[in-house]
Amino acid sequence: MAVRDSPGRVLSSLRVNLLPALLAVLGLVLLLDLGRRLVIGGLTLSALVRFLWTGLVRGMAIGLAGIGLSLTYSILGFANFAHGDYITVGAFAGWVTTFVVAGVGSVGLDLLVLVSSDASAGELGINVLSTPVAIAAGLVVAAGITALTTVALDRVVFRPMRDANGIALLIASVGVALALRYTLLILFSGSVRTLTTDVPTTAVGVGSGEVVFRAHDVTVVVLAGLLMLGTHLLLQYTKLSTAMRAMADNKELALVTGIPTERVIRTTWLLGGALTGAAGFLIALQLGGMSTTLGWDRLLLVFAAVILGGVGSIYGAIVGGLIIGITIRLSLVWLPNELSIASAFVVLVFMLLVRPNGLLGRVETV
Amino acid sequence: MSRLSAWLRRGLRALRNPLGGDSDADRTRSDLVLVGGLVVGVYVLFTVMALLGPFDGVGNVLSQLETVTLLVLVYVMLALALNLQWGYAGLLNLGVAGFMAIGAYTMAMLSAAPDATVPGLGLPLGVGIVGGFLAATLFGALAALPAIRLRADYLAIVTLAFSEIIRLVVRSEAASEFTIAGQRLGTGGASTFPLPPNPVKVLLYENPGEPLVAAVDSPTVLGDLMLETAAVFNLSASQAENILYTLLLLIPVGAFYLLLTRIGNSPFGRVLRAIREDELVAGSLGKNTRRFKITTFAVGCGLMGLAAILWQLQGQGRLSPGTFEPELTFFVFVALILGGSGSNTGSVVGGIVFAAVLLEGPRALKRVIDENFDISADPDTIIEASQGVEPLFAYLLSDSSIEALRFIMLGVVLVYLMQRRPQGLLGHRRGQAATISLPTREDEP
Repeated sequence: MAVRDSPGRVLSSLRVNLLPALLAVLGLVLLLDLGRRLVIGGLTLSALVRFLWTGLVRGMAIGLAGIGLSLTYSILGFANFAHGDYITVGAFAGWVTTFVVAGVGSVGLDLLVLVSSDASAGELGINVLSTPVAIAAGLVVAAGITALTTVALDRVVFRPMRDANGIALLIASVGVALALRYTLLILFSGSVRTLTTDVPTTAVGVGSGEVVFRAHDVTVVVLAGLLMLGTHLLLQYTKLSTAMRAMADNKELALVTGIPTERVIRTTWLLGGALTGAAGFLIALQLGGMSTTLGWDRLLLVFAAVILGGVGSIYGAIVGGLIIGITIRLSLVWLPNELSIASAFVVLVFMLLVRPNGLLGRVETV
Repeated sequence: MSRLSAWLRRGLRALRNPLGGDSDADRTRSDLVLVGGLVVGVYVLFTVMALLGPFDGVGNVLSQLETVTLLVLVYVMLALALNLQWGYAGLLNLGVAGFMAIGAYTMAMLSAAPDATVPGLGLPLGVGIVGGFLAATLFGALAALPAIRLRADYLAIVTLAFSEIIRLVVRSEAASEFTIAGQRLGTGGASTFPLPPNPVKVLLYENPGEPLVAAVDSPTVLGDLMLETAAVFNLSASQAENILYTLLLLIPVGAFYLLLTRIGNSPFGRVLRAIREDELVAGSLGKNTRRFKITTFAVGCGLMGLAAILWQLQGQGRLSPGTFEPELTFFVFVALILGGSGSNTGSVVGGIVFAAVLLEGPRALKRVIDENFDISADPDTIIEASQGVEPLFAYLLSDSSIEALRFIMLGVVLVYLMQRRPQGLLGHRRGQAATISLPTREDEP
């Protein structure tokens, strides 16, 4: 026995001691290289600040989208692969609204409802300063429609499977993802549309260069920050989070204690769905364009953020999102643009190896 | 005749009652009848659809049947390989597309000519195929080594991330052409990678390397036979080549089935099932579950790579990174779940039903509808389409909508299966616990 076990033990001791050390060394090397490049001049200070800022912008959006995933992951116990397409639903619902509010009267309604590329974005002139009402309306509708969609899909798909194991639910959610994405494709067609024009910018001098701050980037950071703060307050000062924690810990016990589990689940979907929809709208705002694969393309990043931060913790999702966002952008120092996304996945894999419960993860609680 | 009907009845009973306690030999026979019946059914269905569609001679019908057969065989192989990982060992691998890409691209990089548009090593195709299989196995092991101890859902996410990393690297500018030790290599990046010619050419022509127009002038004995047969059915040489290739593909598919059934019934397979049911128990009985899982994962990935190679070598012979998107992985999962994970016959049935009905069915149906109904409307958007029944049909039957409808149908099927019949058509049949077949009571109705 002892002989057969020894390779496993060696491996696990390697994992516990050597791997984190190795990763720490790797991180240190990268940090030193970053400093070297700054000093030698391969990388300017303004470029570094720009990477960090755009990383922050992306990270806030990913973190916001991750909260909903993290909540349902912990109380329902499954990885929801349809979450990416919930993001897309939010983006489309919101931008239909924004287009209609901004363009009604001047452009044909059918073009507006379809967020059609023919309703030239230049004509509508949508940006946060010239059409703030349209954008605010879009954000609200995006949150509302997505929340309702998630609840409706829960009723049809996931609720009949409450007793199924997490893997069965995961596979069912893949089915939901496919059906949802391609329904959107039939309704809106798959073209990539431009959404905003003439986005105001401010340039701030940093070191020898300058960093350009786009108004929409700032909007995303501010709005995502406010929504996160609101969620924090909501969970801090209501019984909801206690009920969620109880459910994540032991569903039967929660039910026996008198927690209305179905109502808690519904509230969780509403809350998570609303935040996800808002995130989808903000991601499209920041990009200035979208297509029906908007959410699916980012699903793995959101998963990475949630797992990195620790499933079930909303703060974990936010921190994870920021780490992922900044990793993606900062990796541009070493990697070509097309591989920067891969760096986030590498971080995810290493994180799972070293600390599977995530940075802020206790045992899967809210 | 009465024996045949008894077999058929058993086949149907196996379908209705997956846990039916038939003996081994009985089950094999009923499985054969079931699969045979299914194949005949698929061919009848597609022949009828081909005849109702734009009919263009017998050769055209044969060519359409060949397309379906190729897809069926490919998905049978993939479902069998995935069944080893998920059905037997419970390893949720969402990176199928990535490991397929590794197999296919390694084969292409080993076999492509050094002076081709995308340079390779110029080794014989056989070396390329074995190399592709080994590379997919190796990458499977590399991915499994750290990931295998993760929970099933984390494993799913990590393998999906792994397959995306592979796809992003393959299509990146940096990998499209690079030099290692003075040797130029590449993946072709985001554009296509021309593959070596269809390997059946070696059997058919004296000069298989030449373009088809020149090569048909000097056929071998077999090639002569094929070209004459093709002339009877009014088939072009390349169509005939494809049909021959697909027929020959039956050999590796049979080998896949035999190999995986052998693994499944061996002591190794029993340990895998034990791990799936309760890893702690298997570990307590002294099995090194980690090593079993890594081996299984690696072998499954290798077989997926091999299936991808055999699939891509046929036809137009170009690799494109777009083929290996995560959707492909979900296709294989639908095929496996449809048939029933945990059962090799189920994987075969699932592969047939999935590829024929869900994947090719809508396309064939569209051809039939296009041919027989005169739809003049051509709306561009769903709003124009919703003005009447005819525009709506025209919109939903356009090429892009048919593709989308197919995916929607897949999603609905997946949800339905998970809700109503997670064991699939033939899933988790009672496995043999003993090394010899145990006689069971024959309870004919």
